[in-house]
Amino acid sequence: MQWEVVIGLEIHTQLATQSKIFSGSATTFGSEPNTQASLVDLGMPGVLPVLNAEAVRMAVMFGLAVGAHIGQRNVFARKNYFYPDLPKGYQISQMDHPVVGKGYLDITLEDGTIKRVGITRAHLEEDAGKSLHEDFNGATGIDLNRAGTPLLEIVSEPDMRSAKEAVAYVKAIHALVRYLGICDGNMAEGSLRCDCNVSVRPKGQAEFGTRCEIKNVNSFRFIERAINHEVQRQIELIEDGGRVVQETRLYDPNKDVTRSMRSKEEANDYRYFPDPDLLPVVIEDAFIEQVRSALPELPPQKVERFQRQYGLSPYDAAVLAASREQADYFEAVAAIGGDAKLAANWVMVELGSLLNKLGIDIDQAPVSAELLGGMLLRIRDNTLSGKLAKMVFEAMAAGEGNADQVIEAKGLKQVTDSGAIETLLDEVLAANTQQVEQYRAADEAKRAKMFGFFVGQAMKASKGKANPGQVNEWLKRKLEG
Amino acid sequence: MHELTLAQIARGLADKTFSSEELTGALLARIAEHDGRLNSFISVTAERALAQARAADARRASGETGALLGAPVAHKDLFCTHGVRTTCASRMLENFEAPYNATVVEKLDAAGMVTLGKTNMDEFAMGSASENSHFGPVKNPWNLEHVPGGSSGGSAAAVAARLLPASTGTDTGGSIRQPAAFTNLTGLKPTYGRVSRWGMIAYASSLDQGGPLARTAEDCALLLQGMAGFDPKDSTSIDEPVPDFSAGLNTSLEGLSIGVPKEYFSPGLDPRIGDAVQATVAELQKLGARVVDISLPNLGHAIPAYYVIAPAEASSNLSRFDGVRFGYRCEHPADLTDLYKRSRGEGFGAEVQRRIMVGTYALSAGYYDAYYVKAQQVRRLIKNDFMAAFEQVDVILGPTTPNPAWKIGAKSADPVAAYLEDFYTITANMAGLPGLSMPAGFVDGLPVGVQLLAPYFQEGRLLNVAHRYQQVTDWHRRSPEGF
Repeated sequence: MQWEVVIGLEIHTQLATQSKIFSGSATTFGSEPNTQASLVDLGMPGVLPVLNAEAVRMAVMFGLAVGAHIGQRNVFARKNYFYPDLPKGYQISQMDHPVVGKGYLDITLEDGTIKRVGITRAHLEEDAGKSLHEDFNGATGIDLNRAGTPLLEIVSEPDMRSAKEAVAYVKAIHALVRYLGICDGNMAEGSLRCDCNVSVRPKGQAEFGTRCEIKNVNSFRFIERAINHEVQRQIELIEDGGRVVQETRLYDPNKDVTRSMRSKEEANDYRYFPDPDLLPVVIEDAFIEQVRSALPELPPQKVERFQRQYGLSPYDAAVLAASREQADYFEAVAAIGGDAKLAANWVMVELGSLLNKLGIDIDQAPVSAELLGGMLLRIRDNTLSGKLAKMVFEAMAAGEGNADQVIEAKGLKQVTDSGAIETLLDEVLAANTQQVEQYRAADEAKRAKMFGFFVGQAMKASKGKANPGQVNEWLKRKLEG
Repeated sequence: MHELTLAQIARGLADKTFSSEELTGALLARIAEHDGRLNSFISVTAERALAQARAADARRASGETGALLGAPVAHKDLFCTHGVRTTCASRMLENFEAPYNATVVEKLDAAGMVTLGKTNMDEFAMGSASENSHFGPVKNPWNLEHVPGGSSGGSAAAVAARLLPASTGTDTGGSIRQPAAFTNLTGLKPTYGRVSRWGMIAYASSLDQGGPLARTAEDCALLLQGMAGFDPKDSTSIDEPVPDFSAGLNTSLEGLSIGVPKEYFSPGLDPRIGDAVQATVAELQKLGARVVDISLPNLGHAIPAYYVIAPAEASSNLSRFDGVRFGYRCEHPADLTDLYKRSRGEGFGAEVQRRIMVGTYALSAGYYDAYYVKAQQVRRLIKNDFMAAFEQVDVILGPTTPNPAWKIGAKSADPVAAYLEDFYTITANMAGLPGLSMPAGFVDGLPVGVQLLAPYFQEGRLLNVAHRYQQVTDWHRRSPEGF
């Protein structure tokens, strides 16, 4: 039987506010346990929440970026359940009146096609604390630093049909929230976490199959693996005559399996009701327009502009615009170097592989956009050949100064003096008389193959400094002239 | 000295007739002598009080003035006080010391008031008799076999017995006004949002409001002045200017229109209290007021709606008492569920558990629309009734309670009978309106009260009417025998 996979995602993004959503505590990650927990975060008797307006502004930014309706009347609700790292015994969230209503996000699939994923809603809520199960001799430690951190929970429609599509969607959301500057996107620190709702159905069937929810997957790779494993599990279950039971599952990346956490029957009745400590928040049109006018350029517009303004291919434009930092870096290099295509190549190929090798992001690149742009100027004025430029780039990455300093220190200046090149070529030809004769006796096809030998010898003799264009031109003249 | 009102104390301190330290010492001695019979205090903070009194005397000596500077007060034991335990009269918080002050405490401290202690109450403010206390029931000084009302029963009994001139209370369904009526005091529940709820341990957040209990309207005006005001720490606090409540006390009642709802005179009302209401109306007419018959058609739905909303909010508000971070924790929990179940089962009393269960039920999937949503709709109707009534009249007048204080234990077996006693008071909480109860006579030797309700933020009008009434009557001056 042919199976179709149906996936919907709930993405929790921690908003990059200075303070928590309902208290004045800082939101910095990694502080000593319970040092960023105020009376409100501790759920002390008698304390009250006060909404952080910045969290609302960020949520509205997201809503506008996904073309969503912004809920004008926002109601905060209490989601009641007991857990040791939930200090009040309820989480303040939104139920019936979320800040962001229906919207969509276009994602680019591997084959270049664009797919539109529906966004059902996005709502504001507070994060819980953390339960620490190690270092307490069998007891559990509670760290409430994270309690009250603002989250925007983004709920998608069940529009994705493969794990790869799901990952592409998460990456697009990841890029978007970073573009907007509303989330640092640090998945390792839990700033962006994903719950995956997965079901399968026979191809062609209209109704959805029974879904399982995989909780809290926190890397692109794990999302893909967790979904694929869950899909396989469900298909095998059904094909063996079983039935998928609606439940919540956890993905264990070490064992690469999902396991049951709780069934629908065991699920909590959260007893949502409007939080009487918080009045409804009315978002006025003027506020929405003010946020809209301050929105940064977003990925789709940037891709379009890169093609139009710099003449880049759709692929190159999409790669460079994948993150705001990379796009900004590219534009800085292009502006200094004066050649956008050259800049695009260097950023994607040489810089890309260097960052990959070092395992770091572009904002930590050892070669700044100023350095790289300055080097492009030396390529364009023929001081550097492509090969020399790579040497200069490596030296710059090693902290040996800017392009001019490296060229000076290493004597890497390209030889463009035609007299010097002629002398060099005469020496090369004189040292290879046999090959010269063979070349001259050969037909057009063979000559083309042999030509490279002479170029290689000439470049070697010049220690790579000879201008390759001039070497080609003069060689051809001398061999055939 | 213990017969002095807050206003008289302010004058005495200003004239240096006595010092705050002398006054404080005298009242502490009185508490030590008499409170054994009343059980109105959970904590008496004698040393702190004397230190505060000396500090107030020093401030006054350096030229500072202020009606509340050096004047004594006691706080209902659900206002968080840094350095003094805040128990909510519950085993759950028997040894809980808040690491901060409630805004009300902070403001009154700053004004120089001297806190004599924390008063007894119904556990977590759930009750109308101050019988539901882990620290034992409070007695009514007018008859020690009777309840003082609740939930602010300790605050009421202490002031009625002249242990101090005024105290703070909270009112969720009548918890200031009803004990005021039962003990011959003046008690005011301000407009919802007038007094900050920060640090006031919540029973039902959308209904709770702090306010003063004192022997006169004049004293209530003084204490409310210190308590009221916008607080950015409370999102439901309202940024509305606070008038000078004392300045309007003597405004003439000429032309004032008083609405008397016909639904108030139902078969449940003790006719002798009905007579006291009519006598009060007649007295106010002599002062120039005119009476208008009005109707509050949805009054009959108020109690069932209230007893859905209040427990629903309470069930969630009290979830934080789970034995994990503070408060009572059971011995040797077997696992997490056992920790929760036994800590809460052993830490909360029967009435609190009852309301948590009722509220949890009302919010459950499948019942939410039928109970909670419907109750909120009723609440809206009740508010609309008042809005319509206040189109016609300036204040609404009626009994505070259908009956005088009952005997301790008389309604313990039948919680619903006790709930019905809230008939006249809860609607002000449902609508968020200010309400005041003032002494209006005696039935079988027990005090009865008349309640006045006014439009939003018209506490001044309530105090004005009560003060003028108290100028021509002396019910409020009577003191209980033996105190």
